[in-house]
Amino acid sequence: MATPRNWHASAEAVILPVLALAAALLLFGVFCWFGGQSPGEVWTLLFRGAFGDAFSWQNTLQRAAPLMLTALAVALPAQAGLTVIGGEGALVLGALGCAALPYVMPVPGGVLGSALVLAAGALLAALWVALAGVLRQWRRVNETISSLLLGYIAIALFKHCVEGPMRDPASLNKPSTRPLDEALRIGPIAPDSFLGDVHWGLAIGIALCLLFGAWLSLTAQGFSLRVVGGNARTARLVGLPTDRLVVLACALGGACAGLAGAIEVAAVQTSANASVIAGMGYTGILVSFVARHNPWAIPPVAILFGGFAAAGSLLQRRLGLPDASVLVLQGFAFVCILGAEALRGRLFPLLTTRPAFTLIKPGAGGKAIA
Amino acid sequence: MSVQRWNRRELIQAAGGLAVAGLAGRAFAQKPLTAGFIYVGARDDYGYNQSHADAVALVKKMPGLKVVEEENVPETNAVQKTMQGMIAQDGATLLFPTSYGYFDPHILALAPKNPGVRFAHCGGLWTAGKHPTNVGSFFGYIDEAQYLNGVVAAFATKSRKLGFVAAKPIPQVLRNINAFTLGARSVHPDITTTVIFTGDWSMPVKEAEATNSLADQGVDVFTMHVDGPKVIVETAAKRGKFVCGYHASQAKLAPQAYLTGAEWNWIVPYKQIIDAAQAGKPHPNFVRGGLKEGFVKSSAYGPAVSEAARKQAETVRAAMLADKFDIFKGELKDNTGKVVIPAGTVHKQTDMALEGMNYLVDGVIGKV
Amino acid sequence: MMTSDAWITLLLAIVGGAVRVGTPFLFVSLGECLTEKSGRINLGLEGVLVLAAMAGFAGSYLTGVWWLGVLLAGVSGALLALLHGLLCSLPRVSDIATGIALMLLGTGLAFYLGKPLIQPQAAQIPALPLGAWSASPQVQSALAVNALFPIGVALAALLHWGFANTRPGLVVRMAGDSSDAARALGYSVNGVRIAATTAGGFIAGMGGASLSLYYPGSWNEGLSSGQGLIAVALVIFARWRPWRCLGAALLFGGAGAIGPALQSVGISGGYYLFSAVPYALTLAILVATSSPRGALRGAPAELGVSR
Repeated sequence: MATPRNWHASAEAVILPVLALAAALLLFGVFCWFGGQSPGEVWTLLFRGAFGDAFSWQNTLQRAAPLMLTALAVALPAQAGLTVIGGEGALVLGALGCAALPYVMPVPGGVLGSALVLAAGALLAALWVALAGVLRQWRRVNETISSLLLGYIAIALFKHCVEGPMRDPASLNKPSTRPLDEALRIGPIAPDSFLGDVHWGLAIGIALCLLFGAWLSLTAQGFSLRVVGGNARTARLVGLPTDRLVVLACALGGACAGLAGAIEVAAVQTSANASVIAGMGYTGILVSFVARHNPWAIPPVAILFGGFAAAGSLLQRRLGLPDASVLVLQGFAFVCILGAEALRGRLFPLLTTRPAFTLIKPGAGGKAIA
Repeated sequence: MSVQRWNRRELIQAAGGLAVAGLAGRAFAQKPLTAGFIYVGARDDYGYNQSHADAVALVKKMPGLKVVEEENVPETNAVQKTMQGMIAQDGATLLFPTSYGYFDPHILALAPKNPGVRFAHCGGLWTAGKHPTNVGSFFGYIDEAQYLNGVVAAFATKSRKLGFVAAKPIPQVLRNINAFTLGARSVHPDITTTVIFTGDWSMPVKEAEATNSLADQGVDVFTMHVDGPKVIVETAAKRGKFVCGYHASQAKLAPQAYLTGAEWNWIVPYKQIIDAAQAGKPHPNFVRGGLKEGFVKSSAYGPAVSEAARKQAETVRAAMLADKFDIFKGELKDNTGKVVIPAGTVHKQTDMALEGMNYLVDGVIGKV
Repeated sequence: MMTSDAWITLLLAIVGGAVRVGTPFLFVSLGECLTEKSGRINLGLEGVLVLAAMAGFAGSYLTGVWWLGVLLAGVSGALLALLHGLLCSLPRVSDIATGIALMLLGTGLAFYLGKPLIQPQAAQIPALPLGAWSASPQVQSALAVNALFPIGVALAALLHWGFANTRPGLVVRMAGDSSDAARALGYSVNGVRIAATTAGGFIAGMGGASLSLYYPGSWNEGLSSGQGLIAVALVIFARWRPWRCLGAALLFGGAGAIGPALQSVGISGGYYLFSAVPYALTLAILVATSSPRGALRGAPAELGVSR
């Protein structure tokens, strides 16, 4: 039976973020107004650039695809109670692993081959982030810091490998690994439909979000993970293998980020090079926090942020706004959403309770009674 | 000019002029061209992107042309989306993606799908038969200006040690390092150039650190190949050293320390490509030029450049302009002792072999 | 392989780099130390650093006076940190999420507003020629310390003394170690934390000024490469002790100078790997000094990061 509180909670889950977004857009409009732009124009362009036509949708979805995976890299460890922000490094290692597999073994063509190179990237990244989990469980090293440091180290390793031992001599002025075989590459989902050139990475991202959401909510192991995340001590008392679960969460999260990197190579860049380092890992952190680490909420949030980025491009071209305006908008959105969190559980009582009738006794110095 | 001053001849001339302008105006009005420019970094970085932006500012003044720009576009799918946006939303039919990394796979992915759009890529290696014909690449032989930088530097250095702060050891960068060193050694054969690679195109703290390290080593003239030379120029000037600029003129940043610089003059290739587009001529696929064609130029000489240095540099420049000068010719050894250009061989600037340069010449301290 | 000359050069480069590159780390880690002692973690210091660097540059450029720039940098850092403090004092708001949000906002605002500042030059922070006694230019340059560095050292001393011996220091530590005790004494825990966060932001902001007004000494969008975030790591391995923050900052700065210094003496293989040295070093020390037994020793008990 749906109690009033259940109903409130679900309603809040939708209303609060929407309110927060509206507030953020308002703030951004005011910000642009100070910069001499018309807020109305800005808002119109934002919408058109993100969701206005088929092209905008393609743009948005294309940018959202990797964000879903890098957000999972934050969400899964978060469900286990960890804050892991080394997604950028994991993504980069995923790209490296994907490009490296053909160097060490012959890979068959077709779907199997693609799956193999993607898995190679995911595995490498999984091991890397799992390291942060291991360090936390066995040496009590704060995982936020360690994952960050590991991320920077991973990027340095990537650059070293790509421009050194793994470099393709034919990649003259853009040092890259040897290009991935045509047969291994990932193509568009439905090139002749409105999806245009959006590649399979989008489908993989959505599928994994749905899968992990189901895993967390519906399976015993997922539930155990959430218990560990909620209260580690209780989990231990109950006999759950906390260490293993934590490391598993980190490994799965790392695998997702690595998959994003591998897909970048297989679908977009066709070889691993410095262009892969584009901040997708960091934006994923944002997406995950806004989605409150719930894998089911990640796809729409990722699409929203993809929309922001797509719209930013139009803002630059039409209004001459600097590209940093997208960063500012994202910052406002994040801050507002966090602020809205404070209202969680209090929105409906606030709206439905009448303000207490304050009786001011005359001569009592204005002290309210009720 | 008052009406009484006009005589009949001038009136007819004016009428004729107006008629021609009217015709031309109508012709242009039939084909207003929208051109899109894409930068990989910030437009005002006193460096690579700014060199393009400065030329774009001149392009905006050209008649019959509309310009859209977007900056800070990374070399990912985002640039494909930007280009598609410019084509679909802004109606652009001529695109100038200015960063090297945009070529493969991004331009190559979009060009076949947009046969009516011309792509003019900066720095790329368009090859007939391999790449579509609506794509072209243009670049300048700025190593010629770096050679002149080297000549001037040789006169200014007291320690005979020069410094080069570079981003990555790719052929375009190595070519500049080598040209700079060869230019300096043409004056004093015992000059050495120490190279530090920072690892990426824009790393201000690393660039400052590299400059300081080199200065500690006794280097007293600097040059660079990074996206934004501002930090290196200022740091070198703070240490009391001399500096030769790159990409654009940084003379304003350090007027006393600035000797000369190697600058781009992108408006020349831009104009070539835009004129071809406006006149409906085929898209130029491979556009290259050096000092002679005006694609690159040198900054004005700073106050510290001696008369002798000026004379020498101008002599070499004249030879280059008259096509009587070759930078890369045999016998040339690299800094490991291997012969990279055998005696008797001359590589003209347009020679493809130079586009794959992978060595540092003798006199350069550093490893590729 | 390396001559003794080269070794001396390397050493001097490390010493010089330690101070040059370490100054922003010093200020940011001291600011974060203050914030964390009160029980709050501020990951948004990366945004503070970048925003303050831009504001400092703007201040110095517009007024022509370097210390006005530094002041403006501190104030803008304090404002952003105040926002962090206020947001975190709302119920159910995570410190870490807010920090990341502010990192984004600070960076975005700095890049947006800083567009017109990329080209110009601003009055720089002067250098104290502590190496003037030496005839060697290398020693001179290594020891030319920027004017903010001694201020940073003094701050470290002040914080150290303040935490141990003054009332405000005690109150801050109480808010960090036991919010109940603080409340029992009548102090508003939130108020103390907001004040500490703001003050920490001011200090960190001064670090930003040293980036844009001394080294590298100009404003552009690549100025910070995670220095704010690294400084948070430095605070942890400095065990929240101000003097150790100084040591950690110098260590990190020196490690960052190794790569370019080696290249300048001709050893140039693997420069990417050298650029990873500071991070690897920090991680190694963090792992070595972490105890598998319980919470990190010396950590403020209320700090989310140690639970």
